[in-house]
This record gives sequence, C-alpha cells and structure tokens, in this order.
Amino acid sequence: MSEQYAIECRGITKIFGGKVTANDHVDLQLKFGEILALLGENGSGKTTLMNMLSGIYRPDGGTIFVRGEEVFINSPVDAMNLGIGMIHQHFKLVNVFSAMDNIAIGTKGRRLSTAKMREKIREISSRFGLEVDPDKKIYDMSVSEKQTVEILKVLYRGSDILILDEPTAVLTPQETEKLFAILKKMRDEGKAIIIITHKLNEVMEISDRVSVLRKGKSVASVNTAETDELKLTELMVGHSVDLSIRRPETDKKDGVLKVSGLSVTGAEGMKMLKDVSFEVKGGEILGVAGVAGSGQKELCEAITGLIPFEQGSVKLEDTELKGKSPFEILNLGVSISFVPEDRLGMGLVSSMGITDNMLLRTYYKTPGLFIDRKPAKEMADKLIDRLQILTPGTETPVRLLSGGNVQKVLLGREIESAPRVLITAYAVRGLDINSSYAIYDLLNEQKEKGVAVLNIGEDLDVLLALCDRILVLCHGEVTGIVDAKNTTKEQLGLLMTGIKQEKEAAHV
Amino acid sequence: MSDHTTHKEPLLRVSKRRELTKRQAFGVKMISLLLALIAGGIFLAVLGFNPFVIYGTIVSGAFRSKLAVQGTVKLMIPLLISALGVTLAYKMQFWNIGAEGQIIMGAVFASYFALFHSNWPRPVLLIVMLLAAMIGGGIWGLIPAFFKNKWNTNETLFTLMLNYIALHIISFLRDGPWRDPANPGFAKIATFEENATLPKLFGVHIGWLIALILFVLVYIYLKYTKQGYEISVIGGSKATANYAGMHVKKIIIRTIFLSGAICGIAGFSNAAGSDLTLATGVAGGVGFTAIIVAWLADLEPLGILVVSFLFAVLDKGSSVIQSAYGLSTDCSDVLEGIILFFVIAGGFFVRYRFVPRKRKEEKGGENA
Repeated sequence: MSEQYAIECRGITKIFGGKVTANDHVDLQLKFGEILALLGENGSGKTTLMNMLSGIYRPDGGTIFVRGEEVFINSPVDAMNLGIGMIHQHFKLVNVFSAMDNIAIGTKGRRLSTAKMREKIREISSRFGLEVDPDKKIYDMSVSEKQTVEILKVLYRGSDILILDEPTAVLTPQETEKLFAILKKMRDEGKAIIIITHKLNEVMEISDRVSVLRKGKSVASVNTAETDELKLTELMVGHSVDLSIRRPETDKKDGVLKVSGLSVTGAEGMKMLKDVSFEVKGGEILGVAGVAGSGQKELCEAITGLIPFEQGSVKLEDTELKGKSPFEILNLGVSISFVPEDRLGMGLVSSMGITDNMLLRTYYKTPGLFIDRKPAKEMADKLIDRLQILTPGTETPVRLLSGGNVQKVLLGREIESAPRVLITAYAVRGLDINSSYAIYDLLNEQKEKGVAVLNIGEDLDVLLALCDRILVLCHGEVTGIVDAKNTTKEQLGLLMTGIKQEKEAAHV
Repeated sequence: MSDHTTHKEPLLRVSKRRELTKRQAFGVKMISLLLALIAGGIFLAVLGFNPFVIYGTIVSGAFRSKLAVQGTVKLMIPLLISALGVTLAYKMQFWNIGAEGQIIMGAVFASYFALFHSNWPRPVLLIVMLLAAMIGGGIWGLIPAFFKNKWNTNETLFTLMLNYIALHIISFLRDGPWRDPANPGFAKIATFEENATLPKLFGVHIGWLIALILFVLVYIYLKYTKQGYEISVIGGSKATANYAGMHVKKIIIRTIFLSGAICGIAGFSNAAGSDLTLATGVAGGVGFTAIIVAWLADLEPLGILVVSFLFAVLDKGSSVIQSAYGLSTDCSDVLEGIILFFVIAGGFFVRYRFVPRKRKEEKGGENA
C-alpha cells in the first residue's frame, strides 16, 4: 500500500433486523493529518458507520482497516486500543466527578498519581489549546467545557483518530470557533479527525475533504476546496434543492401572548428563568435562541402550565394563566398548542398508534365513560394524507416511524386544534432537509393564519431566516429581543453568551 | 498498539433485533415453549421417567375426570382474577407486587361479615362480602400509591412488605380476636356457615363466573374507556400524561385502588369458595404467580385468560404425577421452574438475537 490510511472502510454493510439496510457497501478513507466531514441526511447511516468504528455495532459485511491492518472492532475497548476515540453528541461523563476523575475512569492499568495526571493533562491541554480546570466538577461546567473534557479524555488515552458526532449542535458560534481552532491544531499535529455535522457552512470552514452518504450508500468524496454548499446539498439529497426559507409578510395582531416578569425556580432551587418579559403577536414567529439549557424548556412549560411559576404573569388574550393547571389551560377555549422538545417522551405516547395519539389532548371532551376513536381515526387519516406521513398504518406504534414523520404527527395534531398560540421546541431537531422544510412551511402557514408562534430553535441561520423577531436567552435571562431581518449571527452569538443588548433594546 | 483481540471476531455476539410483529413474537414464544418441554423431558429422563408419559399424565391429570376438571378450574380462578388485577397496575408501570397482600386483605375484610353477620340474607351477605373484599384489597393498594405520590417511595418494596403485614394480620386474628372458641386445642378461625359461602354452579363455586365477568370488564375497561386510555398514557410516559392535562396522581390512586380491589376479590373467592374459612394460606403464593401470568400474557386480558388456564393445568397435572408416579413435590417444582425459565427467556429473543461468526470465505464475496 503506497499510502497508509488511518482508517479505511471497504464495502461496510450493516443490516438491522434483516430488514433495514443502514449501511450498504460503504467505502471511506481517512488520512492522518486531515479533517474529514461526514455529511448526510438523517437516516443516511452516518452514525451507524461511526458506531461500527467505535465498537458499538458490528458490521454485517465488509472490512475495516486501521493503519493498513485488517481489524475487528468488537467493543469500545477494542476501538480505544486501536487509538480511535469517539466524542458523542450526548456526553458520557459522570456528573459528580471532577474533570480529572472523568479522564481517569476507563483508562487501563493503575491510576497515575494526581500530580502526574495533572502534569499529563496540562501537557495535552497546552499542546492543543484546550482550557479545562482538572478539579472542576462536571455539574459546574458549561456545555462547551464538558465537550472539552470529552476531547481531553480521548486524547489522554492516546487516541490519534477522533470521531466527533455533531459537536457544534450545542455550542454558540463563538464556542464553535474555539472548537474548530482546537481541531485544526490537532490536525496539524498529524491526528486524523472525522466530524459529523449537518451544518454546511461548518463543513466548508473546517474540513479538508467531505464524504457524503445518502440512504446508506457512499455517494461521493470530494475535496472541500473544490465544492460548495449547494453542490453538497445536492449530493446529500440526490436532487437540486432550494435552500431559502420563506418569511411571509403578515398583519400583526397585538396582545395574543404576553409574558411579563416571569421567574421560575427549578427543582434544585436554581433560578431557571429570571424576570422574563416579551410579547408574541398574532401572525408573527418569535424565535428563541440560546445555548441549550438557558431556560427554553422552563419557558415553554411555564406558559403551558406544566410547571408552576412564583412571579410574573402569562396572559393569553386577557386571560391570566398563572396558577392554572395544564388541564385548565387546555379547556380555556382559546387554545395553546405545544410541540415539546421530547416528542416521544412528552408530546406523544411512543407505544400507541397515530389514532390513539390524536386523542391525547381531546379524549376527555366527549361525554360518557367510553372513548370515541372514530373522529381520531379520521383525523389520523387526514393528517397522513395532508402531511404525507409515511407509516404502515394508523395503528402502527409511532416509535417505529422516522423522526420526521413523528414530528409531523405531533405538529399536525397540535395544529389541528386551531390554536391561537403555537409553541414549538426544537421543531426540526434530528430531521432531514426535506422534513425540516416541510415543518418550516407548516409554521409559516400557521403564522399566515394569524397564530402567534413561539419557536425555540438551535440553528441560528434558520432562526434568522424564518422568524420575525428573535429573543435571546442566557442563563434564564433575556439578553435581547432583536429584529431578525437586520441582525447577524455574530450578534446573536454575543447575546447568547450573556453580553446584553444595549441601545437596540428600545426599538422592539 | 493494536491488541490481538481486535483481529478476531467473537464466536457469538448479541445484537438487538428490529421489533418483531406480534405473529413473529408469538412464534418465538411457541419455540421457547417447545424447548422448555424438551429440557424438562431431559430432566425427567435423567430421573428415570418417560417424559412422554409424564407430560401425557399432566394433561390427562388435569382433565381425566369431572372432578379433575373442576379442580383445575378452581386453581385457575384466583390466578385469573389477581393477574387481571396486577395488570391494571403494570399497564401504568406501577410495580405492584403486593397482590398477595391484597388478596389476603380482601379475604380478611370479607371474612368479617362471614363470621359476624352470617345471619344476613345470603345474597345480601355475599354482595356485602364482595364489596368489603374490594375495599380491603383496594386499601392495601392505596397505601403504597399514596406514599408514592406524596414522597415518591419505592412501590416495589412497599407492596412487598405489605404482603407480610397482611399475612401476620391473619395470624393475629386467628390467635386472638377471631379464634374459634369451639376449637380449644388448636388455633383456627371458625369455618364459615353455609350462608356465607359461594354457591356452586356446574360443580365449582361461582368464583369462576366472577372471574369471567371480571375478565370481560377489565378487557373493556382497558380497551374502550377513557380511564383505560389514561392508564396506557401514564404507562407510556408520565410527562406525556401531564402534558395531556391528566391528573396523574389522581389516576394513579384510582387505578391502584382498582388493582388492589380486583385482587381482593380473589381473596374473597378463595375464602368463601374454596377454603370456607380464613386461613393463613388464603393467598398461598397466587399473588406472585399472578405476576408471572400477567407478564407472560404481555398484559393482555385475553392472553391472561389462556396463560392462567395453562398454569392451572400445569399445577393440577403436577399434583397428579406426584401421586401417580411418586415424583416428589420438589421434582415437579423443578419441572415447573424449567418450563417458566424457557418461556421467560423467550422474551429475550423477541428483542435480541445471537449472531454467529461468519466464515472467512464468505467475506467480501457478498456483492451479489
């Protein structure tokens, strides 16, 4: 072999349950000293492929070569021994341990003395520009700090092949910059890096090469310098697409949802929301931006009555919602629809079919002891038809549907109640491009109907394109409410890190 | 750096299956039942018995005579009733393993009227006993549900411990306040007067009728009522139930009361139909077997009907082979255990499968 690859996959195939082919003869090459972006829609098999490299799944066919040698990676320990380190999207850290303890667990042999470990951590940190206090407990850390610990963990174990699964999903633009600087340093030190991401601009910025997967097959590997975002999207989707998001002009109606001075205390006595005030007008989409865990969840749940709040008021067209239970709020007549972040754990019952899920918010409204499934079945059929939901039938448990279809079921049901206010939390998280655009269209449709839409989002580009105004939360406080048309991503990023908006605050 | 272990593939590895259809899952269960019978057969053969004869005797033993059939049905009644009872709780993901105690308390409450109001007209007395049993079992379920709601106590431990309290309440009553004065030598509770016992229909006390009615009611309740729907939603996710505006705590209290009340009926039927008195063995482990029945049936009432019948056959048949072949109780317990082991292990294969190592030459040549 003239050139030795860090990782080479030849004809990797993975079939789940004899039915779903997640990977179909996938080929992939990764060199030392390069950053490879792995791109693909959801369900295209990226994560499956990476899980095979990190020993979580085993391929059903094909061979993996690491450093030119054929290997079988049977467990994460094998992957570690081969120098492959994976940084998962959901961190695998022990919350009550310090950074150093987290780094130490899972390493082989006897634990080094504290002084030696500290020295080694410092050495690695300074080499790659990682900033971590080894004695800080994980629960005291920000998301980006936790990620740094994860990276440190794999570097400490001597990994020189790193796989990062959507590392930027939880970061502010500034934190992303920092991460990219670290990754570039690692590349220059000769490490091999695979980064999975949905965000095309990041692919363009960070990677040297891009491999694209579509429906479990590898469709192309291109040099980043020789391609652009549009070409990559076409490779991903398989046909040309229009990437612009519509923002229709509407007549705004004042006073649909008014939140003032809202404060919420979390389960551990922490202030989750501090004196939050804003208004959502009828016919507008108000976006909410912020680093994950800045109070978005509490905001949604306080408005819908799921968690009580001690201070402030939430007014829905002159009706005060403070002190009302979710049941009372549902029965107000003017409805609030809510598409929660946890679709299968909160918005739907995962083991039930679409029909039974349609009943969730309305089942008690019919008189009598028995449940009336007929209208629900009709509604299910209607939604399947109108939103093009792919499902074997109305009685198939919704957990078996793909993410996009699950979201269509949930959003479809919530829209069906003709709400005055629609709250959506991370409406397109985990959805592929086509589904995402279908969801944006549905939100715009509601906006044009005069509904007040509160849209919690994470992709700043999307928020800027879709929303009329954007509210930024940081540590439970509103750091600014800006007009989406004349705001940049950098400005949002600064607000997300807590630098308050100064003079513009007045103009909203 | 590469370790030698990474150059070999393991002989067998476990991998998660995609969800099976109901029919496939049923197939897996049937195969495990067959394997259970084979393994049990080997066990019997080692003991020197002919497995075919023994299995044949189990089945024929349960049905060989009218009396045997009646005996089988009698075993099935409490099993069916209490399995239906615990199912309500399990559908809601409330781990009620206190059926035993709830059966006992049902029997205790019913016995009070049997012992001290036996002069009431029979239909009135029996209905009052039934209601009392439901309240007794229901209260025994309410206690852990209340504390679960209030302080999030662990219902598994709580319901388990209440079983022992219930058991010793019977001992206390037997040795103290309810001791039969007509029986000075030996502490027991008086036999019920005929007025306080369940009448017979087709040779078996009408507990079987009660069980069948309960089966229909529970089936309808879970499948077609709003309350049944609420139970399924809470079982799916409490967060979803909250989101849907349900009063989760209220529903938990109501459901667990019903769950306990149904188990209490099993106690009433056992005391007033089989034992004709209140004895410490009134539940006799039925509350635990009911848990197995409920899970083997995937918490489906129709399945519970079938499984509790099969259990009764196995139970009755085992007692016949004990007497007919001198097989000791322990041996038939082992046999029952083997069968259960396989059937429950079958559940594993509904979700997982073993993948054997591929042979070398197959590799790479899969491009077809």
